[in-house]
Amino acid sequence: MNRRDSIKTITFASIGAGLLLEGCYGISSEKIKRSLTRYEYGRTPDEIAYDDKLFAQKFFTNKELSDLDKICNVILPPNEFGSIRDAEVVQLIEFMAKDIPSYQDPLRKGLDWINEESNSKFSKSFIELDDNSVKQIFDEIGFYDPNSNMSDLPEPVQWFNLVRNLTMTGYFTSEVGIKELGYKGNMPNVWDGVPQDVLDQYGLKYDEDWLEKCIDQSTRMTIAEWDDEATY
Amino acid sequence: MQIKNTAKEYDVIIVGSGAGGGMATKVLSEAGHSVAVVEAGPYFDPADPTTMTQLKWAWQSPRRGAGTTRFFGDYDQAYGGWEIDGEPYTQGDDTDFRWFRSRMLGGRTNHWGRISLRFGPDDFKKKSIDGLGDDWPISYDDIKPYYDKVDKLIGVFGSKENMYNEPDGFFLPAPKPRLHELFYINAARKSNVKVMPSRLSVLTKRLNTDRGVCYYCNGCARSCNVYADFSSGSCLIFPAQKSTGQVDLFVNSMVRTVTTNEEGKATGVSFIDKDENKEYKLKGKVVILAASACSSARILLNSKSKQHPNGLGNSSDLVGKYLHDSTGGDMMAFIPELINRKTYNEDGVGGMHVYSPWWLDNKKLDFPRGYHIEVWGGLGAPSYGTGFNVNSFNKFFGINKAGGYGDVLRSDMKKYYGSTIGLSGRGESVAMKSNYCEIDPNKVDKYGVPVLRFHYQWTDNEIKQAKHMQDTFEEIIHNMGAISLWNKPGKESNYGLTKPGQIIHEVGTTRMGSDPKDSVVNEFERLHDVSNVYVVDAGPFVSQADKNPTWTIMALAMRSSEHIVKEFKKQNF
Repeated sequence: MNRRDSIKTITFASIGAGLLLEGCYGISSEKIKRSLTRYEYGRTPDEIAYDDKLFAQKFFTNKELSDLDKICNVILPPNEFGSIRDAEVVQLIEFMAKDIPSYQDPLRKGLDWINEESNSKFSKSFIELDDNSVKQIFDEIGFYDPNSNMSDLPEPVQWFNLVRNLTMTGYFTSEVGIKELGYKGNMPNVWDGVPQDVLDQYGLKYDEDWLEKCIDQSTRMTIAEWDDEATY
Repeated sequence: MQIKNTAKEYDVIIVGSGAGGGMATKVLSEAGHSVAVVEAGPYFDPADPTTMTQLKWAWQSPRRGAGTTRFFGDYDQAYGGWEIDGEPYTQGDDTDFRWFRSRMLGGRTNHWGRISLRFGPDDFKKKSIDGLGDDWPISYDDIKPYYDKVDKLIGVFGSKENMYNEPDGFFLPAPKPRLHELFYINAARKSNVKVMPSRLSVLTKRLNTDRGVCYYCNGCARSCNVYADFSSGSCLIFPAQKSTGQVDLFVNSMVRTVTTNEEGKATGVSFIDKDENKEYKLKGKVVILAASACSSARILLNSKSKQHPNGLGNSSDLVGKYLHDSTGGDMMAFIPELINRKTYNEDGVGGMHVYSPWWLDNKKLDFPRGYHIEVWGGLGAPSYGTGFNVNSFNKFFGINKAGGYGDVLRSDMKKYYGSTIGLSGRGESVAMKSNYCEIDPNKVDKYGVPVLRFHYQWTDNEIKQAKHMQDTFEEIIHNMGAISLWNKPGKESNYGLTKPGQIIHEVGTTRMGSDPKDSVVNEFERLHDVSNVYVVDAGPFVSQADKNPTWTIMALAMRSSEHIVKEFKKQNF
């Protein structure tokens, strides 16, 4: 087994097994992953040093990470495309709490709040709640009037919105989420206009005189030439 | 700080490796001159896989591309930004000037929008037209042959439109408009706003055998690994190094001053090697500053000597004055017709495929200068922030409930993906002597070099123009059947006018003119006061035009460099 395979094993082994969160979210495995291919993204030496500093810190406790894992899974339950675990949403939240420190207080306070709420309503900690109890709490805080200012809403509603935002962005910027969304770019190709069926759907067409100004893609590899006619 | 001197005397020392410095490097080295390029940042080659960000996915970044370390996101190819550790700048009373610096070989050409517009005949004669600012000492006809050469050398797509003040050039064919751009074309035309193919220095067709052809990944801000977009390194400096063997690069080397002799002529530069924290001197027969308008002004002002007590080239006291940036105004809108749209690869080039040049006559308006409109939107690559407030657009359908959890979020995400459009006005401000940068007498950077202090206020001219932008956006958005996503900015916020500096088109700090009392450089960008020092960045701009400055920086740099070659032949250095 090569090193990359062993990392995959750690990640997959942790799915569905709350006790293995250290393996999934712990500092050491994140550092290993970073040192492999995961986070090679064209950094300068200063940027690498900054990332390393963040990776060496741990913000959430393992209990908090388990709570987040449960919350994010209910916000976005797994489907045939993937799960928040495939998308490493909780790892992203841990990282962003260090990268954007102003997230730290609200995120932590919200986790405290949901445990207090679980206790007062059901005499259990949040992690012990069954699905129906979780939904009861989420239904209290999960919705808002989009015409309102978020900052005017109760803190638990704001907190839930923050966690929902991070869950959504974490999932839909992941490999599985981007596939589910249907984004098809970021790869070499040739743009030759809006597909005809899409133009038809919106009752649009390209003007002939505009198209005359556009590249005939069958000539794109031909070296450009101009005549010397004055163009102005 | 240890000072080392190198023995070699270069024909030319070029300070900065962006658009102007790159062009000077190419022209002068190809003419057979030895050239030292001194760049404050590290070496950078867009094709180097270790620094490359092009074609990376959001998930390859631990912050999914968020803009916490690089302002425009992890994958933007600019090292530096609005603030650089240890290299501050300060503000005069009531000033909030933003200064974007990119410290790397090629400078800001590695990430810029590639909008490559010629200034038109009117743009050199604004005082004659509206009585404000000053005319340039040159006309469009003087610079036209150089625009022509830049077009053919670098490559720019566009279309012949026969508009007097939007001169045509030697264009490559344009890419076809995207879906949201078709919506824009139809909506703008309803308001009689001219729309045409944009003009970007991206190769839609092969230009030569050294550079690749655009493969439509939308990644121009990440700098192209096949050199299909313009960056100074890939298109000017590397070819010059390869073909001439006359170019020495000094990277991580920040120039502190231009050195001068008893006669007051330049002898070279002193610079700080940032890796060693040592100061070195380089000797050159000619010094060309191309460090960016404000950085070049800073170097000149810091180059005080017995012969030049007010700073080099500053007998007019105008170095740093007439600093001006483009105006900016933006609006984003939701197009209900585009919900649940079919997805396909809509990346295109890294920028808009269509735009609107200035289409009105200022004589009939209450502000003196124009603006162009840039268009953005569509099925973009997800990155950090995608999916935030996923269903807040529910309110546009009379649904006063958003948020929630569960599978509805997945369908809401797909419903609203790609349904927005953005409009950005980028306009001309009037150059003002009262807007300037100067040396802050009380502050130095971590190398001990005195830093810049800015003084800048917009006037009614720019504020009224910003109001006009917002009124235009509102009308076009209405024509599109779209809904503005931001409250229309009012008087209290200068109608959404951006902060000075924010559009990153700062120009004018060493302005060009024929009268040495009223300008810093002559028409060949040579200091009036010193016969062997030139400035080939945007400092010499007398006025900004409602166009992006890069193409004009390069045309002028080419013209001035050819002048320097002639002066060498006449043995004037």
